Amino acid sequence: MSGHAPTSHRFRANAAEALANGNQVRVLRAATARSVAGRMQALSERPDWEALRVRAREVKREALSRLDHYLVEFEARVREQGGTVAWARDADEARRYIVDLARARGVRTAVKAKSMTSEEIGLNEAFEAAGVTPVETDLGEYIVQLAGETPSHIILPAIHKSRGDVSALFQRTLGTPPTEDVAELAGIARRVLRERFLRADMGVSGANFAVAETGTLVIVENEGNIRFSTGAPRVHVALVGIEKVIPRLADVATFLRLLPRSGTGQRITSYVNFLNGPRRAHEDDGPEELHVVLLDNGRSRILADPEARESLLCIRCGACLNVCPVYQRVGGHAYGWVYPGPLGAMITPQYLGLDRAPELPFASSLCGACKDACPVRIDIPRVLLHLRQTLREPEATRTRGLSAWAEKRAVALAAWTMTSPRRFAAAGRWLRRALRLLSFGGAPRVPGWSATRDFPAPARRSLREMLS
Amino acid sequence: MSTASTSRPERVALFATCLVDQFFPEVGLAALRVLERAGVRAEFPPGQTCCGQPFFNMGHREEARAVARHTLEVFEPYDAVVLPSGSCASMVRVFAPDLFEAADPLHARMAALAAKTFELSQFLVQRLGVTAVGGTFDGTVAYHDGCHCLRELRVRDEPRRLLAGVAGCRLVEMAGSDACCGFGGTFSVKFADVSSAMVADKVAAVEATGASCVVSTDSSCLMQIAGALRRRGSAVRALHLAQVLAGER
Repeated sequence: MSGHAPTSHRFRANAAEALANGNQVRVLRAATARSVAGRMQALSERPDWEALRVRAREVKREALSRLDHYLVEFEARVREQGGTVAWARDADEARRYIVDLARARGVRTAVKAKSMTSEEIGLNEAFEAAGVTPVETDLGEYIVQLAGETPSHIILPAIHKSRGDVSALFQRTLGTPPTEDVAELAGIARRVLRERFLRADMGVSGANFAVAETGTLVIVENEGNIRFSTGAPRVHVALVGIEKVIPRLADVATFLRLLPRSGTGQRITSYVNFLNGPRRAHEDDGPEELHVVLLDNGRSRILADPEARESLLCIRCGACLNVCPVYQRVGGHAYGWVYPGPLGAMITPQYLGLDRAPELPFASSLCGACKDACPVRIDIPRVLLHLRQTLREPEATRTRGLSAWAEKRAVALAAWTMTSPRRFAAAGRWLRRALRLLSFGGAPRVPGWSATRDFPAPARRSLREMLS
Repeated sequence: MSTASTSRPERVALFATCLVDQFFPEVGLAALRVLERAGVRAEFPPGQTCCGQPFFNMGHREEARAVARHTLEVFEPYDAVVLPSGSCASMVRVFAPDLFEAADPLHARMAALAAKTFELSQFLVQRLGVTAVGGTFDGTVAYHDGCHCLRELRVRDEPRRLLAGVAGCRLVEMAGSDACCGFGGTFSVKFADVSSAMVADKVAAVEATGASCVVSTDSSCLMQIAGALRRRGSAVRALHLAQVLAGER
């Protein structure tokens, strides 16, 4: 499996390809609709839903406001329990730490519990280059890995694949007979993966929350692969973004009430792991070593920006993806990097740089569905607007040459026009005249618009003309 | 946000919006008619131009600020400002004040304007306490919730209550009434294929209701939806809330 270079710079081209795949659009629409319906049902059961969201946001903001303090407290607690904490400034440092550790421990196979941060740092590629075989154990991640693809959703990595797709994939790569029965497909994966768990020397996970008060890693899951990946191998490496830290164990309850309902419509996930250090002397189960790698990789830079800081509140539930009308149609790969949907539009330009994802802040109608769905009330449209101010159209949407120049002039001219009623009225008359000329007897032909929609016939007289 | 008051504002201005003024003047006339029936003779300050949202959404903050400042000067003298647009009303109410630094006197002035600015249905129901404006309309309508109207202004029930008060008008709730129509300003053109995919589903939802007309508080949404309906050769009409309330046939 080769490395997957980001394609976040070509969202529109990616989106066009995705939209052309009618089958995939249908699969995606159905899957996201199910998630949305599940979420609505689950949250309707909690009359305190809004209060939970407010509280969750308060806790995350508190954590971020004293992040240095809570990270140090977390580290102290982890070390007291026999774990090791490494501070990785960037992807490179994180990769090096984990790969060096793997080499030092003679790791040949590393099982991966689903971890978006490991995607972020390109860990699988680094493992392979070092002769370590990474095996994804989350069913969706495993499917995606077999297909040589990247995950297209942060919670349901293979959301874009139908049962037929998975059956065909297993036939091709595992030589298993065709079946579209979900339990059978899961069973096939389970048999293969079980072996890998038992033979693995290292398990790599992320964490949903890192509790400062107790040094606890909290990880939610439905398959049991995370328990297995973090418990069976000798060495457990938890790669955790620094923004995952929360102050107290009691805070976890608030998030557990929000996260599963938001992400998958479940009241609670099948398993909730509370991991406190490696195996103790008197214990039979658990890894011999726990290494928590705290990952910065641009997070502290985002934290420093008061308008962008909001982005770090994310608890990675996936709700925003499911409700986003854009994501629902173009899917995750269109966003070109690890994090898709509104989350990706918000953070990819911040992690990779606006120049590598200039279209993403604009790849939204600012409908706000994500904001309403976010369990920690992140105002995603507001952050997108902030990013748009830093990189304005037309640079962002890569209009080139004459049309870029023309667009910049048009914006300046339009603003000048809008600050005077006389200029505005005159411009309006001219615009309507021009549109009538572009009509050729039918509806005006407006570039970009008229391919799929009729443009309204321009009014003969404006309202101000009628009223004067 | 409810600012229900028993006192009637004395001087009320209609902020038609640039789109209605230049492209859908009939909506502006209908809004004036509806306000008149509710006992308010609104004025049309001729100095008005645009709320500045197109610039704001494109990231051109300075241009948005200049246009918002002009809007402030035009409408500040009035006791209430009414817009036949959820997105433009939300620009003034929600976004415009923060275009100015907190310490800037313009910030407080803009915030004061925001507090007395309303989308049409919001004005009628919340500010005046009016849910029936008379008029008749013969037909079944489907209502589309414009995104800013719904999620920034939290105006959801007001248009529905007003439609229920129109004799002969039967409202059918459509699936995904709160799904974005795909307009989003320049998004409709810069991301035209995604925008078109979104409006295609909106049109399907409208048609599934069997309604003869789709209604919204926003002419921008209506332009998008109507554009797709017309391209399909559909006979379904697209009318602004003001037009239905005014009893247009």
